[in-house]
Amino acid sequence: MNSYPIQIKPFGVHAVLIEWPNNIERNILDDILIFKDFLLLNGFNDKAWEMVPAYNSLTLINIHKTIDHKAISIQLEKLYSERKEGAKKKTHLWRLPVCYDAEFAIDMEEVSKHTGKSVEQIIALHTATTYTVYGIGFLPGFMYLGGVPKDLETPRKATPRLHVKKGSVGLARKQTGIYPQDSPGGWNIIGNCPIPIFNSKKENPCFVSVGDSIQFYAITRAQFDLHIIQAEVGIDLLKKESTSA
Amino acid sequence: MLKVNKSGFFTSVQDLGRFGFRHMGVPVSGAMDQASASLANAMLENEENAAVLEITMTGPLLEFEKATWIAISGANLSPQLNGKDIENHSVHKVNAGDTLAFGKHIDGLRGYLAVKNGFQTPSILNSRSFYSPITEQDHLLARAEVPYDEVMEFEPKVTHIIRGDIDKFKTLNVSPGPEFDVLSGEQKELLFKNKFTIAKENNRMAYQLEESIGEHTHAMLTSATLPGTVQVTPGGKLIILMRDGQTTGGYPRILQLTEEAIDRLAQKTFGDTISIKLS
Repeated sequence: MNSYPIQIKPFGVHAVLIEWPNNIERNILDDILIFKDFLLLNGFNDKAWEMVPAYNSLTLINIHKTIDHKAISIQLEKLYSERKEGAKKKTHLWRLPVCYDAEFAIDMEEVSKHTGKSVEQIIALHTATTYTVYGIGFLPGFMYLGGVPKDLETPRKATPRLHVKKGSVGLARKQTGIYPQDSPGGWNIIGNCPIPIFNSKKENPCFVSVGDSIQFYAITRAQFDLHIIQAEVGIDLLKKESTSA
Repeated sequence: MLKVNKSGFFTSVQDLGRFGFRHMGVPVSGAMDQASASLANAMLENEENAAVLEITMTGPLLEFEKATWIAISGANLSPQLNGKDIENHSVHKVNAGDTLAFGKHIDGLRGYLAVKNGFQTPSILNSRSFYSPITEQDHLLARAEVPYDEVMEFEPKVTHIIRGDIDKFKTLNVSPGPEFDVLSGEQKELLFKNKFTIAKENNRMAYQLEESIGEHTHAMLTSATLPGTVQVTPGGKLIILMRDGQTTGGYPRILQLTEEAIDRLAQKTFGDTISIKLS
């Protein structure tokens, strides 16, 4: 297990921020998740504490407690040095369908121009890669996916759109992701995923966790329409494989 | 049911918020001015987390189908029960068929209406707070109906409280945020010396301030944000995240408002000025 220099910073009276080195790295994310699980078993139970991991940080929030930042900093440093990899928590690889048809892929031409790749090559590259979920935020169920191949990197749009359709799959520099609801957004849209990422009617409203992996596969427009209906009537379409962290 | 005959500007059901789902990107939500919402609940001896109506600036026209007791607090929006003026921060018995209207906006921005036992809209992910698409709507539309309990017997211990002018608070107490030190000495000085004006872009998600504190080039990885987090854009504009604010962000978090400061800011609107003080 790697150890990193961590920094512990006050974040108001109800939260404390723990930061790892400022890099996007799977090993750093794994260390954050190991420490998070260790904290859960060592006095930071999830009834009182909310924990938000993202890229190189872990934020601990307790709205019922006025945090003594000196004391918690000492406590967290000590716990970090004592942390153990517990029973390996399962992470999942989720395979998600995307329809790359022109009707949805409203920025495909722009991505093609910028990358010099054909539409077929873009789809092949986008579906060949396994992405890491480095964070969930911005909107309920919005995943920050890292691992975009260099050949696909495209800057975000100069002017964000006011309305991006639910399910839109976007590209922005080193990131790709799915808009879980209609929203404004500045990413380049290259397809649409018919699987709802967030559903507040489910006991676990978001099936994905930080640390999971995502791979996309291409579907036809007819399959897309079928998936939309299946999702509406509650047929579970998710394909997952379990892996160890 | 409470019938919404006219919707007003923006009225929503809020409790103290939706906790335990931030790691899935779900904002906390909840009453913007929690002190005022809690006061309305306290006057009715409700649980602290009982759901209230948050009424923004122009109030709705409401009709009660069952008897209950109500309390009003927060901004003074000239409440009228059956066409007769009633005091803000007061408790009243209402009967079936009674109407509650609001008139001139006297001070503050957000008023709170509590009913005995709280409004009984569905609790989704442990909260009744409106936030679309967790709840179907983000605010009440005309002809909406809001469930509540019929209550005949209640003896209020307090029927009216005196609360000073809500507009007199012009200072927001803050602590330094995680990226406070990316600011230059000059920028820090501007933060605490300048007065800032609330921009047109202010809502339950965020309040933008008009004045810039100057550009910065600090790049950071997306990380958690909280209600009350003050972010600075590359151009130097300040954005204060509020109760519906997103759970992560990529702009430096230079300050964190105290809970009291969030409540106070929630009563400000476009054109109001505030100053910022380290507490």
